[in-house]
Amino acid sequence: MPTENIIEITYLLATALFILSLKWLSTPATARRGVFAGEIGMLLAVAGTLLYHGIVEYKWIVIALVLGTIIGVPLGEVAMTAVPQRTALSHAFGALCVTLVGTAEFYLRAPNVPPFMMAVLSMEVILGSLTFTGSLMAAGKLQEILPQRPITYKGQNFVNLGLLGVAIAVAGVLVAHPEKMQLFPAIVGIPLVFGVMMIIPIGGADMPTVISLLNSYAGLSAAAMGFVLQSKLLIIAGALDGASGFILSVNMSKAMNRSFTNVLFGAFGQEQAGAAAGAKETRSVRSASPEEAAGILAAANKVVVVPGYGMAVAQAQHKVRELYDALTKRGIDVKFGIHPVAGRMPGHMNVLLAEADIPYDKLLDMDEINGEFPQTDVALVIGANDVTNPAARSDPSSPIYGMPILDVDKARTVMVIKRSMGAGFAGIENPLYYLDKTLMLFGDAKNFVGAIVRELAGGHE
Amino acid sequence: MKLDLLTSLYVFMLAAFIGFEVIRRVSPLLHTPLMSLTNALDAIAVVGAIILAGEYHEHGALLAKILGTIAIVAATSNIVGGFLITDRMLRMFKASGPKKP
Repeated sequence: MPTENIIEITYLLATALFILSLKWLSTPATARRGVFAGEIGMLLAVAGTLLYHGIVEYKWIVIALVLGTIIGVPLGEVAMTAVPQRTALSHAFGALCVTLVGTAEFYLRAPNVPPFMMAVLSMEVILGSLTFTGSLMAAGKLQEILPQRPITYKGQNFVNLGLLGVAIAVAGVLVAHPEKMQLFPAIVGIPLVFGVMMIIPIGGADMPTVISLLNSYAGLSAAAMGFVLQSKLLIIAGALDGASGFILSVNMSKAMNRSFTNVLFGAFGQEQAGAAAGAKETRSVRSASPEEAAGILAAANKVVVVPGYGMAVAQAQHKVRELYDALTKRGIDVKFGIHPVAGRMPGHMNVLLAEADIPYDKLLDMDEINGEFPQTDVALVIGANDVTNPAARSDPSSPIYGMPILDVDKARTVMVIKRSMGAGFAGIENPLYYLDKTLMLFGDAKNFVGAIVRELAGGHE
Repeated sequence: MKLDLLTSLYVFMLAAFIGFEVIRRVSPLLHTPLMSLTNALDAIAVVGAIILAGEYHEHGALLAKILGTIAIVAATSNIVGGFLITDRMLRMFKASGPKKP
């Protein structure tokens, strides 16, 4: 059999394995098999490619593969709390690869680039380069190397869309006149700037949406690269990745109550600007000590814990596991209610809680848990704020009105662990805290949960 | 095997449909591993980079070699890191077994 055919067969198998890989990922029971299928597919495709007779020199390929592995291993071993920034960084690497290959392909082919080829090549490098810098910016913000506060200025969207418009216009000229090679750097350079500008107005709470969107762009740019190289395998892998990012972006924007077009054009962080100036509430709240909180929890039959990014910041997930153990030991039903945008990327809370050994069948998403709050004795909110704000349901003047929330206020008692009465990310007052059934537990999430656990242990002797 | 434009579009469209149907079924529980896994699979772009870096080019050989090599490094780190971390995350997801007193 000619080598060409062997290569094609490895690609065909890799494609099938990639699809199976995602299919098996659907439930935790088969998910690890999915990773294995993906690995085998990748191995086959890379091995097949190395057989390609057109390759005349292997030295640099081997060096690069080894170097990539050396960089990749530590990136695969980061702490679970660092997964969002690692993910952003890997989007940047993927986009870098696509942009570099696209750039080289242009200079190898120019000036004889047919219009359609030039169009997809432009799409490849425009999406690739804006994803590269955008993801680096997102990773920097998540790692707190860069300031996390959104930076906004007048006419921001105008400047950003203008930049993108210029890049697309230059690409249009290149499609018509591929011999104008001196224009090519513009369709790499301008999107690189755009990527930075796009992330500047993004704050921490928008990160789940942004990461999903960058994921989608990275996939689409890889698919465009597949068009350029006429590789079915690459088109398919890129389309799968693009579809995944797209679905997650739509989920996230729904959970944030933002229209998808609003998200697509990078108009993040616009709404909270006015809200922060709202009148300060002076109503009183009820607070409780760890002893009182432990007493109420011990008397409950059903407890729902609602974790948010504050839990991750306080590194409280292991203490929460101890609380879970202490309560389940007493026969109390404990579940976790996870909002889709809790944390800094889709599914972030689930990973942190799974790492703390909390069984995944106790982790329920918003739609599954909301029906259970009326039968819940205690809803314990740890480091979450806006996703529990009942104003989203009842107050049409609230900036987050219409955003789907966890209905913790329907539980018999609500306990909120919080550092102080400061407003949440969106700068919006949370009327939940002023309800008669709400007890505020002021303190660091990790210490407070630890104190409750000690009280529960002491009372049990 | 060379593809024409229309065939490429068909392949893209079908793959996008399959992607939507398959990924829609992924439990929200696993959305973080989903993202790291699709990211690793996406790094299949390495095959393009390998050919770019290894093939004979009459003009622009140096450029192709330099950019291709960097691209292989970037994609390989995504493959290795992406699969590793996805598996590490998935190993942590355990169902609640029989309770021990």
